Amino acid sequence: MGVSADALLAITVLWGFIFIYAVMGTMDFGAGFWSMIYLNQKKTKATNIANRYLSPTWEVTNVFIVAIVVAVFSFFPGAAYILGTVLLIPGSMILLLLAIRSGFLVFSHIAKDYERALTYISGISGFIIPALLISILPITHGKYIKVVDGVHQLQIGTVFTSPNVFAFIGFAVSSTLFLSSLLLADYSRNLAGEEKAYEVYRRDALITGPISLVMAFLIMLTLRSEASWIYSNMMEYLPALISSVVMFLIAGAALFIPFKNRNTLGRPRIAMVAVLLQYFFASYAYGRAHLPYMIYPDITLDAGFTDPNTFHALFISYIVGFAILFPGFIFFWNLFMKNPKTAEENES
Amino acid sequence: MTDLVFARSLFGTTMGFHIIFATLGVGIPLMIFFAEIMFQRTKDIDYSIMAKRWTKGQAVLLGVAIPTGTIAGTQLTLLWPGFMEVIGRVMSLPFQIEIYAFFIEALFMSIYVYAYDRIGPKTRLLSVFFIFLGATASAVLITNVHAFEGTPAGFRIQNGEIVDVDPWAAFFNPSFLVSAAHVAFSAFMTGAFMITTIAAFKMLKNRKNERLFTFHRKAFIMSLLIGLVSSFLTAINGHESAQMLHEYQPEKLAAAEGLFETQDHAPLAIGGFTDREAQEIKYGIEIPWALSFLAGNSFDTEVKGLNDFPEEYWPPLFVHTLFNAMVLIGSALIGLSLFGLVWKKFIKRPFPKWFLWVCIPAGPLSLLSIEFGWIFACTGRQPWVIYRLLKTSEVVTKSGNIGTLFLCFTVVYAILGTAVLLVLLYYFKRNTVEKDLAAAQGNSREGNGVDVY
Ligand code: HDD
Ligand code: HEM
Ligand code: HEM
Repeated sequence: MGVSADALLAITVLWGFIFIYAVMGTMDFGAGFWSMIYLNQKKTKATNIANRYLSPTWEVTNVFIVAIVVAVFSFFPGAAYILGTVLLIPGSMILLLLAIRSGFLVFSHIAKDYERALTYISGISGFIIPALLISILPITHGKYIKVVDGVHQLQIGTVFTSPNVFAFIGFAVSSTLFLSSLLLADYSRNLAGEEKAYEVYRRDALITGPISLVMAFLIMLTLRSEASWIYSNMMEYLPALISSVVMFLIAGAALFIPFKNRNTLGRPRIAMVAVLLQYFFASYAYGRAHLPYMIYPDITLDAGFTDPNTFHALFISYIVGFAILFPGFIFFWNLFMKNPKTAEENES
Repeated sequence: MTDLVFARSLFGTTMGFHIIFATLGVGIPLMIFFAEIMFQRTKDIDYSIMAKRWTKGQAVLLGVAIPTGTIAGTQLTLLWPGFMEVIGRVMSLPFQIEIYAFFIEALFMSIYVYAYDRIGPKTRLLSVFFIFLGATASAVLITNVHAFEGTPAGFRIQNGEIVDVDPWAAFFNPSFLVSAAHVAFSAFMTGAFMITTIAAFKMLKNRKNERLFTFHRKAFIMSLLIGLVSSFLTAINGHESAQMLHEYQPEKLAAAEGLFETQDHAPLAIGGFTDREAQEIKYGIEIPWALSFLAGNSFDTEVKGLNDFPEEYWPPLFVHTLFNAMVLIGSALIGLSLFGLVWKKFIKRPFPKWFLWVCIPAGPLSLLSIEFGWIFACTGRQPWVIYRLLKTSEVVTKSGNIGTLFLCFTVVYAILGTAVLLVLLYYFKRNTVEKDLAAAQGNSREGNGVDVY
């Protein structure tokens, strides 16, 4: 493939950030959406559960967006130059929605009397964000960028009429709902012990899961005609793609296994892990197939790569940084994800 | 208007909006930290209540600080792709390290806010400290990028190519420490004087209510003390910043002072407006020799005037006013806090009413100073985005449509700014100090935590 080891290392780190953000972000935006949908059903506590997950995590999730942006321009300044140029409009739309979403999410928890209106604003704006974010992927496939007088220009009209882009958007939206409902199902039963909420979220996951799988197939179908280079590359990673589908089926099955002393079926923890593996395999296949291009066909990994001295300094900072941060993450995890009883006590 | 002007306006507006919340995000945690320390030393419940109320306010501010910061970071690449290509190759370390600072802050903020009752007093103090540390570190690191723009180091440009990159030399560029310290100190003083503003207002309102009055008085004294120390440090260090300009960006200092002819025994001009045609400051007060002394600690120091530089490299001349306003506010606030503390220590009578009135604008003035300082620093660097190496006009995006974006972002900032004010007013009207005090006296667990929703 002709990619230097440094560039490969850098793209792996970037891919890791994108994967983590894809998972945390969909859960974050999805939880915001569900907390809006179930606002009226106080009985099931579904909104309550969604908020309990959302409140402490949205800030940490947001840092990953910044981490992705920084990783792009510090590892691949050449690609960042073109991405920055073509993404001005879609990027700005994402930023505007993000500002409204985060702001009103916080406001809705503080101004109780206006909770309803504020939750709707943040829920809806948050719901659109994944759709716009994912459209960046097809943009890097090349077809939508024209070079006019040496300037890269995005053909916005073509982007938002392309079946392939719509398939990606449909996938982002359904995945957001699927992943978050599954997470919240797990959270409801295993951490909060709220069976009513579990039933609600289990049902949602059962509806949205198959839709997201269909969308994934639609992506492949449209990719074949619109960006055949990446389609044929992905077919070389067929085992990973098949494993992904198998993991999806395992997750589905796990939602029908009986659970000790409970009326409703399902082992949400197993389903959750299987679905994470499903997305992992699929993203791996997609990411590998994308190489060596950052933006097809102009910018390869090496063409846009940063200065080697800078790369080495950055890499050392990564190692030191994560060594320092790791205990913090563990503490955080134990406090919020493992300790349901105390989380509940603090509820008021 | 051209896209360049729109891009500058858009980025300037974003930064001008972000900096309000970012500065408070550094300054308020410092105040919370000291309130927690006071609580643990004196066991006076008032300090604990203060810490919790300020934390609540800070949590609301974060709702705007974080997304606007995210906008700032992304907009750099969207609006100035040519600039970020250079930064990516040479100066990406501070951005990278800043991510860790953000993580530290976000993790411990969540822990402090949402797990207040579950962690012991020691862990609580440690959490606030980490919030403060994370916020300060992120301010210091981002300022470092700004410092690099003024005093670039660690690379050369040869035939249009960037060569000999040394990222650590870029990181420790000549103005890093001075600029970073100035930004940190000025953020501390802004946090402190914001509390002064609120406390003074509340003291005036609650003169009849002994209990509430003492509560706010404690916050008032604490804020004056921290305000005095940090505003003093800001001024001392501002003096060093000016000397840095003298050495590295002489035309910026000349523009700040409206000095046209190079001279020793140069005068310091206060107030007035720079007249480009007449080549002098109109309606200002001149202190003979003072500028030479400011720039080099000696009256013999030769200060470069604008005429030594081609006119196309002159910064906009209105920066003189911004610089003056910043220095004036800084000096006034030192005087203000000193007066208050001397009064308390030696006169030992209740603060006079007029003094409390005078204290009310302290916080907003301090924020204004931050805005002036930044506009001075960024606009005063024009036409360069990286001093003497890269022009702003060369790095701007070629995408077009920036006028529309400018409008959209401004509207969203206006909405968020209004909403955040309303939400803060709403919350603190509902949850009065009386309620917190009553809850604390009842010793119930209720109201004791920073509640989740
Ligand atoms: C509360 C805010 C505040 C106050 C009271 C002061 N400053 Fe300041 N100043 C800032 C807030 C600030 C700032 C917003 O933080 C800046 C913008 C860029 C920077 O590095 O710090 C700044 C920049 C800045 C610069 C330009 C640095 C550059 O262009 O790189 C100089 C020369 C001074 N200051 C000097 C002073 C002096 C002599 C002061 C006397 C009291 C003073 N400042 C008070
Ligand atoms: C947070 C407080 C800040 C404010 C209020 C501020 C304000 C401004 C303003 C008004 C402009 C437009 C200048 C003009 O065209 O006249 C500008 C430009 C700019 N600033 Fe700042 N700035 C701030 C911080 C920073 C920091 C920390 C950096 C470094 C990362 C930075 C980097 C830039 C760049 C790259 C430009 C565009 C290019 C240029 O005009 O030189 N700014 N800023
Ligand atoms: C010197 C002026 C600046 C200061 C003092 C400052 C400080 C801060 C602080 C303290 C925060 C954390 C939020 C809070 O605790 O309130 C923050 C957030 C942020 N700032 Fe700024 N900032 C400055 C300028 C900039 C610039 C120029 C950029 C972009 C390059 C930027 C990017 C960000 C980002 C991305 C966040 C959000 C981080 C997150 O997701 O948690 N800041 N800033």
